[in-house]
Order: sequence, then structure tokens, then C-alpha cells
Amino acid sequence: MSSEFAFVLTLVTVISAATPLLLAALGELVTERSGVLNLGVEGMMLAGAVSGFAVTVSTGSVALGVLAAALAGMLMAFVFGVLTLSLMANQVATGLALTIFGIGLSSLIGAGFVGIPVTPLPKLHIPVISSLPVVGPLLFSHDALIYLSIALTVGVAWFLKRTRWGMVLRAVGESDESAHSIGYNVIAVRYLAVVFGGFASGLAGAFLSLSYTPMWIEHMTAGRGWIALALVVFSSWRPLRLLFGAYLFGGVTILQLYAQGAGIGVPAQIMSMLPYVATIIVLTVIAAGPWRARLDAPACLGKPFRPAT
Amino acid sequence: MMTRFVLTRRGFLAGSSAAALALGAGRAQAAPTRVGFVYVGPIGDYGWTHGHDLGRKAVEKAFGDKVKTTHVENVAEGPDAERVIRQLAAGGHELIFTTSFGFMNPTIRVAKQFPKVKFEHATGYQTSENVAVYNARFYEGRSVIGTIAGHMSKSGVAGYVASFPIPEVVMGINAFTLAAQKVNPNFKTKVVWVNSWYDPGKESDAAKAMIDQGADMITQHTDSPAPLQVAETRGVFGFGQASDMRAYAPRAQLTSIIDDWSDYYVERVKAVMDGTWKTHSIWHGMKEGMVKIAPYGSAITEAARADAERVRTGIIDGSVHSFTGPLVNQKGEEMLPAGQVLTDQQMATMDWYVAGVQS
Repeated sequence: MSSEFAFVLTLVTVISAATPLLLAALGELVTERSGVLNLGVEGMMLAGAVSGFAVTVSTGSVALGVLAAALAGMLMAFVFGVLTLSLMANQVATGLALTIFGIGLSSLIGAGFVGIPVTPLPKLHIPVISSLPVVGPLLFSHDALIYLSIALTVGVAWFLKRTRWGMVLRAVGESDESAHSIGYNVIAVRYLAVVFGGFASGLAGAFLSLSYTPMWIEHMTAGRGWIALALVVFSSWRPLRLLFGAYLFGGVTILQLYAQGAGIGVPAQIMSMLPYVATIIVLTVIAAGPWRARLDAPACLGKPFRPAT
Repeated sequence: MMTRFVLTRRGFLAGSSAAALALGAGRAQAAPTRVGFVYVGPIGDYGWTHGHDLGRKAVEKAFGDKVKTTHVENVAEGPDAERVIRQLAAGGHELIFTTSFGFMNPTIRVAKQFPKVKFEHATGYQTSENVAVYNARFYEGRSVIGTIAGHMSKSGVAGYVASFPIPEVVMGINAFTLAAQKVNPNFKTKVVWVNSWYDPGKESDAAKAMIDQGADMITQHTDSPAPLQVAETRGVFGFGQASDMRAYAPRAQLTSIIDDWSDYYVERVKAVMDGTWKTHSIWHGMKEGMVKIAPYGSAITEAARADAERVRTGIIDGSVHSFTGPLVNQKGEEMLPAGQVLTDQQMATMDWYVAGVQS
């Protein structure tokens, strides 16, 4: 095996490690930009993972599975929305409850699906291009969700920055009172943002159970929802920086595994710290460097909004 | 990180009143013996915790309505564990199994506060008047799969997905490597630590990394079937862990080391019922049936199968020992002279790797 080939394989592994983080964090980014803190990412991912798996196994259609995963995530997010936006429940407590609920519910639904094989999400094969050396495996042989995750990131960046509705969403997150007083329906906007968060988390879950490790086992997210939440802060609520953060985190996680396999002789505990250390260092550099930008959270993040009547 | 309680307040009250009744009327015939199980992972992990839960089910099957079991899954090793164990002890459980190494200190602490409750801690080393320790000689199984790896590996390199560098895991890596080197003296074992017992994504990434680096045998000391599944899709071979994981790798799984806790759990519950329970520290292996080897996969060669069977039966009748000298560490220093075998104490504190382990 040539070293060039091994390098490409490493990068392919990095891409699949980063994708679930990117998808889940992207959804949470939009949610938080509207001023809502949803700590239930892990629970929504699990709901997506189990629904995607169960529907794929039952119907034989992986496309329906992905759709079901997205719907399951949206449904979970909607429940969160009803509790926090309409019923004014505390967002932190409700989010944590959503995670616990998601772990339990997914285990219950998934109990009958442990140990069942599934046909994974197909890799897209484009004739000729996919078989090009280096570029082929690196760029043109992934499954649809990987391409979707990138497209969605660019789309969200464009939406937030360049469109009128993106600006409305940001206004709702920065100053709910002002947005309300000029006539925007704060609660409705937040519902949409929260449900989009569920949509993306559901897709992240589907990616786990249908592509990354194509199987269903309980709590298979293993804390990725929490890492996604941290990445949103790391990105200072910017989609393109989030893309960079997810690939950096995924990249260092994978590279340290390769370094261990190559027998570098650094204690494994230090290796495991690396992804976290690297992200903190980059965050510090961003904060101090010439691109210094606003690092603070949306002003209304986590604040319930009760429209004055 | 989240715990799910099967215990409810009503259950707790019922438990306490049952205990009160029992106090008044001697050992009431109707009251079932309550047995608690604390698991580090989810039952559906298809590995370690799954195995312990099969043991719990065997207890229920053996004693029917004479026993009532409670289990708590996904208990984090740490302060959370102490809270869960205390809750079970306070809730009227007479025997509590804590099934992960990291539950040792919480178990010992709670046991001091509840001298009448019996505790059984898996894979630890601290006993007391009411805390017994039990463990399985998994390393014996690793000698069998190492033998197969030595025969079946073309590159002579295995990838070992490992959890935490504790003696239990180190011992397994060494036993596997030594057995493979009996067949192929140049055999190497790459080790990648994922610092978790259970993270399917990371476990599979570790397996991919080592396959990319030339390993063509994948084995693991983590709890999910993910590494084996990678072996299946990448066209190399591997070994299941704790349960038969054939469903995830029908081609790639050459065999699996199975933990069978059923007999032990039934025996200990019976001892509590009969009032004969005593603390002890046991370490059972293939001879006692606590460690088993799953049926061999169809891809295994005749030579590999025959040699694996020789090792397996040899361990059972005592003619083969996983750690027979001469043993040499990574620096080339002799750790055990020829003809001797490591004592249980030496194995239980093992913190060095044999030559050929890349870690």
C-alpha cells in the first residue's frame, strides 16, 4: 500500500468522523441563533438513529430511513418547542430531559433491532471520476449525507448572512423585543429554528446508524451530541467556522488513532486529549488574532420570550 | 452518562415494608429475594453488559418468583455509581452485583454502610466481609484467538482496539500476542486506545486506522461490535468480544470469546437464599465454563482450527498456560525465565508488554 494511498484513506475516515458532528452542530447553531438553547441534541440524534435504522430494516429503503430519521428528530424538537416556547419551561432543564428521554425511547424502540444487519447508505459512484486516483476516493465516493452536510452548511451560511429571513432569525436571537415590536412573530420563528435543529440532528443520527457504523446499538451516539454543542460555541455561531471546527475535531481524533497505530509511543491519555486541546488552542488564536470577531453568544440565548399583549 | 432507574418510590416503600415484615415474622416465605445489578453500559451493547444481563435472566429463570431482580444500566464509573448502589442497598436488595472495574471503590464504601447486604464486584481486587470479587480469565480465550490470528494473518500484524491501560486489558494484549507468536515468531500487535469502554464510532475508526496501517486481524477489548463490522466491510478477519457477534460479521468473525456469568450468578443467589453466602475472590476460566469460545467461523483453516482446539483443551486440562516463560518485555529484558508460569498475582498487576506489542 503506497503512503499516498494510506493518506487518502485517513482523510476519508476523517470525513466520516466529522460529518455527524457537523450535521448536529449545524442544527443547533440555527436553533441558538434564534435565541433558543436546546441541550437535547444527543436525544434527537438517537431518535434519528433508531428511526432511520428501524425504517430502513422494515421497508428495505434507505431513503425512507433517512426521511424517517429527519422526521423523528423534528418531532423531538417540536416537543421541545412546545414545552419551552409555548409553555415557557426552562430551556436547560427541558433540553437535558430531552436527552434522557431520547436515550430511553431509542433503547425501547431499538430493543428489537439489536443484532440485525442493514444495508448501509450507498456510496455515490460517478463513472470515471470516482475511479480517479486520490481525488476519486477523497471527493467523489461518499454517500449522499456527506455531500448534504456540506451543502447544508453553505446553505445555512448563505441564509443567515444574505437573506431577509436569515436576518429576521438573527434579529429574533439578538433582540426578541425589537423583532416583536416591528411585527415579527418571535415564537413562530423560534419554532422553525428549533425544528430545523431537530431535522439536522435526526440526519446526524441517520448517518451514525446507516453509514458510519451501520448497526443499531443502544446509546450509539456516545456523547457526540455534547461535542456538537461545544462546537457551536467554538464556531462563535458561524456556519463556515463550524465546518472548520468539525473537521478539525474529527481530524485530530482520527490522526491520534493513526499515530497510536504507528507506535509513536506517546501515552494514550495524552493522545485522547489532543482533539480537545487543539480546539481550545484554535479558539484562543481566533479570539486573539487579526480576525477577531464577535465571540459572544446571541444576546437572547436561553431567554424565554413572553410577548407583551 | 445517564442512569435509568427501574427503582421507583413505590417499589422502595414496598421493599422497606417487606423488610419490616420479615423482621417481625422471621424470614417470611412469600418475600422474594431481591437482587440488584449495576451495569456500566446499555444492555443492548451486544457485548459486556449484554453478557451480564443474560446472567441476570438465568437467575430469574432458575428461581422464578422466589427472586426479584432490579437492574440499572448506563451507570457512569464514579460518584454516580455510589449513589445508584446505595439506592439499591437501601431499597431492600439482599445481593448486589456491580459489574465493572470502576465500581470497586463505590461498592466498598456502600458495603461498609450496609453490612447486612451482600455485594459482588466484577473484575476488582478488594474484598471485605460482605464484598466478594469474581472475575473471568478472559486471557485464556485470548490465547485461543491469538493462536488463530497467528495462523490466519498474512501480514503478521493484528490491530487491537483497547479501552484503558489497566492490568486486565494489558494481560489480554500480551496473551493474544504470545499465542500468535507461538505460530508466527515475527507476529506484531498494534494497539490503539480509544479511552472508552463503549464508543462504536471511535472503536470503528481505530479499527480502520490499524487496517490502513497493515493489520489484517482485528480484535478488541471494548464492548461494541463496531470494530468487527469494520473487519467485515474491509475484507479482513476479526474476533468478537464478550458475546457471539456473528450477526455483525458473518464472514469476518473467526470466533468470539464469550463471558458466561449465568452459573456463577445462580450459585451466588442460591447461597444468599440458603444463608451460606461467604465472601471470596474467585477467578474462573474456561475450565469452570465462565469463559467460552464461540463456534468457529467458516473461513477458518483446518490448521488454525486444530491448533486453536489444542490450546483450548490444553488450558482446560491444565497442560497449557497462557503465560509460560521465557517472557521478554518490549525492551528485551527477561520478565520470566523459561519453564515458569506467571502467578495470578503477577498477572493481576501486569503493567508491561511483551516484545512484539506496538503501543
